[in-house]
Amino acid sequence: MKKAMFILIMLSSSVFNFSCGGSENTNENNQEKTVEGGTEDYDPKRGEGKFSAENLVVGESIDLDMSAKGEAISGTKCTSCHKLSEEKLVGPGWKGVTKKRELYWIMNFITNPDPMIEKDPEIQAQLELCLVRMPNQNLSDEEARSIVEFMRKNDEAK
Amino acid sequence: MKIVSKTILISVFFGLLAFVACKPKNTSNAVSGDASSKAYVAPGKYDEFYNFVSGGFNGQLSVYGLPSGRLFRSIPVFSVDPEKGWGFSEESKPMLNTSHGFIPWDDAHHPELSQTNGEVDGRWVFINANNTPRVARIDLKTFKTAEIIELPNSAGNHSSPFITENSEYVVAGTRFAVPGDYENGDVPINTYKETFKSHMSFISVGKEGEMDIAFQLRLPGIDFDKAHGGKGPSHGWFFFSCYNVEQAHTLLEVNASQKDKDFIMAVNWKKAEEYIKAGKGKKETVSYAHNTWNESTHTGNSVLKNEVLVLDATEFKDICYFLPCPKSPHGTDVDPSGEYICGSGKLAALIPVFSFSKMIKAIENNEFETDYEGVHVIKYESALHGEVKKPGLGPLHTEFDGEGNAYTSFFVSSEIVKWSLKTLEVLDRVPTYYSVGHLMIPGGDTKKPFGKYLVAYNKITKDRYLPTGPELTQSAQLYDISGGKMQLILDFPTIGEPHYAQAAPADLIRNNGQLKFYKIEDNKHPYAAKGEQESKVVREGNKVHVYMTCVRSHFAPDNIEGIKKGDEVYFHVTNLEQDWDVPHGFSVKGAQNAELLIMPGETATLKWTADRVGITPFYCTDFCSALHQEMQGYARVSSANSNVPISFSLGNNTPGSLK
Repeated sequence: MKKAMFILIMLSSSVFNFSCGGSENTNENNQEKTVEGGTEDYDPKRGEGKFSAENLVVGESIDLDMSAKGEAISGTKCTSCHKLSEEKLVGPGWKGVTKKRELYWIMNFITNPDPMIEKDPEIQAQLELCLVRMPNQNLSDEEARSIVEFMRKNDEAK
Repeated sequence: MKIVSKTILISVFFGLLAFVACKPKNTSNAVSGDASSKAYVAPGKYDEFYNFVSGGFNGQLSVYGLPSGRLFRSIPVFSVDPEKGWGFSEESKPMLNTSHGFIPWDDAHHPELSQTNGEVDGRWVFINANNTPRVARIDLKTFKTAEIIELPNSAGNHSSPFITENSEYVVAGTRFAVPGDYENGDVPINTYKETFKSHMSFISVGKEGEMDIAFQLRLPGIDFDKAHGGKGPSHGWFFFSCYNVEQAHTLLEVNASQKDKDFIMAVNWKKAEEYIKAGKGKKETVSYAHNTWNESTHTGNSVLKNEVLVLDATEFKDICYFLPCPKSPHGTDVDPSGEYICGSGKLAALIPVFSFSKMIKAIENNEFETDYEGVHVIKYESALHGEVKKPGLGPLHTEFDGEGNAYTSFFVSSEIVKWSLKTLEVLDRVPTYYSVGHLMIPGGDTKKPFGKYLVAYNKITKDRYLPTGPELTQSAQLYDISGGKMQLILDFPTIGEPHYAQAAPADLIRNNGQLKFYKIEDNKHPYAAKGEQESKVVREGNKVHVYMTCVRSHFAPDNIEGIKKGDEVYFHVTNLEQDWDVPHGFSVKGAQNAELLIMPGETATLKWTADRVGITPFYCTDFCSALHQEMQGYARVSSANSNVPISFSLGNNTPGSLK
């Protein structure tokens, strides 16, 4: 019962969040735009956002400078909720994420979380476990890229 | 529920008449069929205008939408606001500092939007503190009070903070004459005529909005009431209404209403600037606070200043001139062209309209009827454009629609009257419910009014709303003025007592670069914890500093030990969120101040004195996520002589034992 209520709250708050995001320039249709989980043109492998297999450049070996930057940024913006191990804190642990997900999917999710939370069936399943929406931490593309590099390094470490 | 002073007697005479006059026009026949659709803003849709309304005795500035009348926000300015921690957080306390020390309340009357080329520009809104004279500037990107400056030599900062057409100055004329702060004020009150003076401040506004008292004019001891700046051809002049030219110091209700005419004072401020440049001002020793908010440290800073430049305007014949104006003028309003100056004599049954060009000609031709306390008084007829005859009773304020029409509020006869600036004929009148004070048309005191709506801010509501005991809601009424006839379309309650107001098109404000959150990397607060790895607890003598972070939905640390009874604990809480509309709240049991509301990326500090041994809980007060109720923690307080060391943790749930 308690859980059912939380999900209800989440659903209503997701509607709310969506209308906030969509209202920047137009005030039209923000009542009609509530989205059901999963839409026909959503690609769960790529996610939704700027990044794709074509435009994300990833080196063979890990860029240590970039990964160090990513570690510093994640200390401010991410690790309050994510452990570097597999253990769930507020959100899931990071260990193994770069093996489970395409790197461009991660890039899309961390730079564009709200639309993906609305559409991605796996994220929605995750939300039922965590009950806290991953906040938009307003990462720049460069910041996001360095965090992904840090995640790669984290997954390399034993 | 305040009745404007000096109208009480008149109200007694006309009160009955006014209510009789209002009675037949009740809600049912005053509102026509399409009114509800005109004021209706559908769920999720935006209003057309932001309406910034003074809170009067609540000391704040409230923000409504027009035409819906929906309340969006009450911006704390001069009064503490426990809900937002304003005046309670350590960072905001300096903003309410004055030469008298910390002051938790004031009376705020007149918001004024910044202007460029005489048009509303959406950068800042200024508002006056009436009681302990101050002017505040609110930044419209953050809707936060950014600056407050105190005014020396002033008492009752009422004719303030009206603005010049490029926001060069906001002005502040004193309502009470008093001896200057730099003079001996310990004088018998009945030496008023000799010892009491009125100082008028010209506060310069810099590129970033920063305020500075450029100079003050020293004037005869009379009461300044309202003001408006010249525009277009009259740019460079300012117009102030004056009452009590009788210079009474007791029972002003009677003694300041003796003369047939008081004055509107025209000030050539460009001329005053010349004299200041020529070194004619005198530096006087005074004391006043200047408080500024720093957006990167999220902290207010208060500086006490001790010097102000005073220019004795009576020593120069070409700075100030008096225009005789019937019966204790209140509103002094300049039309969009800058040519017409409307005086509203509170006790008069006509509205004199002065002509700026005629006034200049009269000055050139020395058409003065007399001198008053060393200031030329221009002949009434020489500067007069004409009078609006029998418009109503108790005119207070006038606004303009930019199409040649003026709209004047009438307190005593409880109505708004539309009249033509050119012909001075009354064109239309509508009742208000009841006893309107200020009125406002969006941009209605600028060169470019936006028209469409008019809002009446009423002093009395009586039977308009469900009763709530002796104190009833304050209220505003919205009129559609887009047609030839004014049409009442909405009543809406207001908080505090609404005096003057301003409005601007929604797009002008919401597209001005609205801040959605503070960038955490730009946070320069000395006690910020930018990430949980920076959270810590540090003891300095009997002070304990907690560097705490919050994110949906936990604090770090959330278990704190080693605090001793009597310690002053400072919780410096940094909100790590970087998204819009995700503040966190923070409260501690037994805190003798208030809560904090911490915006994303901001750091705020709550001081809490550990007054007893035991376990004290703290929690988040702003529903932040589904697990908001779990956002809580404990502080352990030990006896003053205990040797429990400072420790702190998060997430270590391993059971311990009492041994």
